[in-house]
Amino acid sequence: MLVTNIEILPDKRIVEHLGLVQGSSVRAKHVGRDIMAGLKNIFGGELKGYTELLQESRAEAMERMIEQAEAVGANAVLNVRFSTSSVAAGAAELFAYGTAVVLE
Amino acid sequence: MIDLIILVTLLALGYGFGSYAESRHYKSIIARENRLRHIPAVTSRFPQMNNNSRDAELVSGSVVISVDYFKRFIAALRNLVGGRVTSYESLVDRARREAILRMKAQAEQLNADIVFNVKLETSSIHKGRGNSIGSVEVLAYGTALKTQQ
Repeated sequence: MLVTNIEILPDKRIVEHLGLVQGSSVRAKHVGRDIMAGLKNIFGGELKGYTELLQESRAEAMERMIEQAEAVGANAVLNVRFSTSSVAAGAAELFAYGTAVVLE
Repeated sequence: MIDLIILVTLLALGYGFGSYAESRHYKSIIARENRLRHIPAVTSRFPQMNNNSRDAELVSGSVVISVDYFKRFIAALRNLVGGRVTSYESLVDRARREAILRMKAQAEQLNADIVFNVKLETSSIHKGRGNSIGSVEVLAYGTALKTQQ
């Protein structure tokens, strides 16, 4: 499965457009990470726990998007975009969407 | 009285560790930017349609950075009079550059030569006390391509 965020590929031709596919994941941070983050809020610097957490959930959102693309018979997802929103206090939604296509 | 002592201690800790961490972070950012200069990250949407470009792959980098207590205090004061909040400007600048660097590092691992259609997304994920922003997350993503033979 090829995933990119450009609309056309220089070395491949698009045979068929299959429409939008999407995947999302909602995660909450756990308490241990929250305490560490509280400390970091005094000293400043990178919140590694949060970086990892968001990376994991973004990977999961992408996986779900790819699953959906496979289900409709695509072999690539083009023009992928990410978006983040906080749905509730302490939880974030990571959302990935793109166009499923069949490449020759 | 005890509150005042705690506040001053937190401010001093924040100032000391915060500015040390920031200057160290900037040094490492500049060093890595110089090292990764051979992989340009561009915002143009369409790669050149010659036959050399190949192996497109999504690359991304993200980082969550928090401001220190001292800077948050200064920003709160700044809120009273308005104007540029320089303490948050350096925060988002560091976060963006770090995210782009991580994206480029991923592109380097794939032996790519260029990263196309770079997009940056910033979100505040953690609200501090009151309505002050505690930390920001920046995500940079784009498509890595090989352009050489």
